[in-house]
Amino acid sequence: MNISDINVAVIRFPGSNCDLDTVYVLRRVFNLNAQLVWHKEFKDTKWDAVIIPGGFSYGDCLRAGVIAARSPAMEHVKKLAKEGKPVLGICNGFQILVESELLPGALLMNSTLTFICKWVTIRTETNRTAFTLSISRGALLKIPIAHNEGRYYIDRKNLEELKENDQIVFRYVDDRGNPSSDANPNGSIDNIAGICSLEGNVVGLMPHPERASESILSPSKMDHGKLIFGSMVEYIRRYL
Amino acid sequence: MEQLQINLTKQEIEFIRKELKREPNLVEWGIFEVTWSEHCSYKSSRPVLKILPTKADYVIVGPGQDAGVIDIGDGLVLVFKIESHNHPSAIDPYNGAATGIGGIIRDIMCMGARPIALLDALRFGPPTNPHSIWLLKNVVRGIADYGNCVGIPTVAGEVEFDGSFERNCLVNVACLGIGRKDRIVPSATYRPGDLFVLVGGATGRDGIHGAAFASKTLSDKSEEDRPAVQIGDPFAKKVLIDATMEVLETGFVNGLKDLGGGGLATALSEMTALGNTGADVDLSKVYLREDAMTPYEIILSESQERMLFVIDPRGFEVVKKIFEKYEVPYSVIGRVTNTGRLIARFNGKIVVDLPSKLVAEGSVIKREAKKPKYIDELRRITPPPMPDDLEDTILKLLSSPNIASKEWIFTQYDHEVGIRTVVKPGQGDAAVLRILDKNKAIAIKADANSKHTYLDPYNGAAGSLAEACRNVAAVGAKPLAFADNANFGNPENPEVFWQFKEAFSGLAYMAKGLGIPCVGGNVSFYNEDEVTGKVVKPSIVVVCVGLIEDLSYITTMPFKLLGNYIGIVGYTRRELGGSEYYYWIHKIAGGEPPKANVEDENKAINFVLRAIKQEIIVSAHDISNGGLAVAALEMAITGNLGFRINLEKVPSESMRIDELLFSESYARFLVEIRREKVEDFKNLVREINVPAAIIGRVMRNEKVEFYGFGENISYDLKTVSDVWHKSLENNIRRHL
Repeated sequence: MNISDINVAVIRFPGSNCDLDTVYVLRRVFNLNAQLVWHKEFKDTKWDAVIIPGGFSYGDCLRAGVIAARSPAMEHVKKLAKEGKPVLGICNGFQILVESELLPGALLMNSTLTFICKWVTIRTETNRTAFTLSISRGALLKIPIAHNEGRYYIDRKNLEELKENDQIVFRYVDDRGNPSSDANPNGSIDNIAGICSLEGNVVGLMPHPERASESILSPSKMDHGKLIFGSMVEYIRRYL
Repeated sequence: MEQLQINLTKQEIEFIRKELKREPNLVEWGIFEVTWSEHCSYKSSRPVLKILPTKADYVIVGPGQDAGVIDIGDGLVLVFKIESHNHPSAIDPYNGAATGIGGIIRDIMCMGARPIALLDALRFGPPTNPHSIWLLKNVVRGIADYGNCVGIPTVAGEVEFDGSFERNCLVNVACLGIGRKDRIVPSATYRPGDLFVLVGGATGRDGIHGAAFASKTLSDKSEEDRPAVQIGDPFAKKVLIDATMEVLETGFVNGLKDLGGGGLATALSEMTALGNTGADVDLSKVYLREDAMTPYEIILSESQERMLFVIDPRGFEVVKKIFEKYEVPYSVIGRVTNTGRLIARFNGKIVVDLPSKLVAEGSVIKREAKKPKYIDELRRITPPPMPDDLEDTILKLLSSPNIASKEWIFTQYDHEVGIRTVVKPGQGDAAVLRILDKNKAIAIKADANSKHTYLDPYNGAAGSLAEACRNVAAVGAKPLAFADNANFGNPENPEVFWQFKEAFSGLAYMAKGLGIPCVGGNVSFYNEDEVTGKVVKPSIVVVCVGLIEDLSYITTMPFKLLGNYIGIVGYTRRELGGSEYYYWIHKIAGGEPPKANVEDENKAINFVLRAIKQEIIVSAHDISNGGLAVAALEMAITGNLGFRINLEKVPSESMRIDELLFSESYARFLVEIRREKVEDFKNLVREINVPAAIIGRVMRNEKVEFYGFGENISYDLKTVSDVWHKSLENNIRRHL
């Protein structure tokens, strides 16, 4: 498959604000056919993958992601997910996926009770997903977070299930790769930064790979976010 | 008429009656009160502001419009502006700061540009008192909640703490936008018959007379003015930005104005006065949030998230569809005319009929100026003795809220959204934003120094501009233009007005000398408290923008490499007056503050820009608050590398170690020189003939050390790093 033949939809809800950034990276860094799609116009046709970008859809009213999760667009996203297409939720997109019950758990107010924007280190916990296929297990990625409600929560029983099913994709860690409490920026349970669906094609994460896909933007001059989108491309080529 | 308590002077009232040859009605008086307020009309400041240089061949729009516009080549323009929201923030810090952000964003959009960065310059009382911390926390949260939600990164700023800002905090916010040169919305090309379309939020009773409220001092009754503070809605704004950007693409927008101070009254009169046109609008077409609003309330409401578009009627159907797609409310409220009059109707009756120019232009008031007594008294103090324990002194200085890292603040701001932020808060002297798809970047920084300006308004203001330019140069950018925000007390007080005039003379001196034009400004007067009698220290916040022509020359502050040399550029004078060292260690607000000198600044800036271009230096940091000591420590802490610096090598007239360490003399940089480029450094020093010297080396990440004149001051890097990183946050937590 020709790279420019890969069609990726980036859904814009009212209040999305990382939509243009995500489209920019997919087009300029990867040369994919990425399109910005207004949520009301989103249909499940033609797309090889769909990304729900970060932002404040509907102004985070009621609860982050909860209104967007009720948009008809999400029915189409569910259909694509069922077909095994890669679906990625970044930050507010992760919150929307959780609110749509495409992913388990909940995202609560940060334990600091403030918005946090900073570069963190995350450890890749599994490479069986559509977005970590080309990353080795245990690889450390430098990537920024920026959120108010990013404290991942799930009850003990379901947390055990997540672990058993290999659904934890990323954990916040220190520079040496330890998931210490100091390395946990927002109080997420078990330092969880991202999870996936049972099948591994739907992934949600709080950090922003689109902000870490070009070395010029990274304080450490890395482009680790690229590995996440690169895995998506590889997944599409291999399986779709 | 006097019993109506019109907020205008007797002369103004008489002048209006004479011009109109009749008695204005109540709505019309209300309009004059707002549009002729200090806040809207600049009636005290206008004659003074004229002395600033405003021209350069790349300036497309200078002061007087919503925002300045400069040409940066490639068919692109930069649009930027700074504004204050001091009064509302002092009363309701969360909403006051948030709506300050909302207003400045609209100003940028009005010129047809996409807002891409926000800056904030904040001033509070010392963060040891619960009121100041309450203001600080809520102002920061207001900016964060608003800026983060609309998706515009807050990339830089500055924070200063001083007792004079205890009740009157200063909240100055700036916004930078980028646009296509051929899509700039011209301010005055509309034609009679064009439609006035009000777009965005519904009109309510909030913010009525906000502009008038900003034109008086705070008193114990100010709490009652809380309804004059508007309430922001960043989500509505975000959708409005997206819709506006799409509408601008259609080419049918002939004019665009933000509804800020004075609401529809100001917008309609300013728009038509500029274009020599007129307006005929029907206030009953304005969609309202509250019942039974009077025409007086509708035309003066300062409800947020509203824009007034002038649309070519031929394109209305196209434009309408876009607003409908984004579900943004809109309403055609009237048309452009050629009468030169502002006419407003309500339920079929004419309620306003005034000449646009008379409403928009306001009056000019000549203010008295008198040099305040405190100046000579404070400047003439005897220098305090040198502290016995310099090691302890430096640690203490690092813990000052004015010096310690501001990360508690900037980590609450999304400074990454937009994927343009190359140099982030805390990493360089200025923020650097790349221009997407180009090999160019923009540098931007806001600076002021109220402590210097208080003691010497002329040099303090000149120094504020010079510092902003130095910061922009330190990241590798050529300074291009600036906008300023003046914050002063009551201009009716001749001593305040003297400060104001002096400051602008200094600003003009530096701007002319550096050859950089002013493209926009804002004046905030009446920043004083009737209850305590406290007046804010005069502060001229300068926002400077610069251009980096090649991304590979972006330079940051942290030390980069073990073994590199450390150089100082500029001459260190015995200028401790108004320094952080005097303020924080000796508790003195006095002494001779630094003198600004155009020639020195030009040389220092020129040197750093060329040294960056010739790859002689890899890090650069402006020396300002806290002097050489703080500059060196910041480079070490952020770079996680140590240093040894010999103070005897510093070019200076002084041999007192505290003066060498803490003097805040202008026109200085600390730079990191590539070890193999020492000769090139020396050659460039000779060529430019700038005072400079190599004073030390970058060492392993264990120790930092100043030595000379028989002293040796050293620390573990970790010790100074912890103090610098954690002091502000600890302070805030301790006093909560």
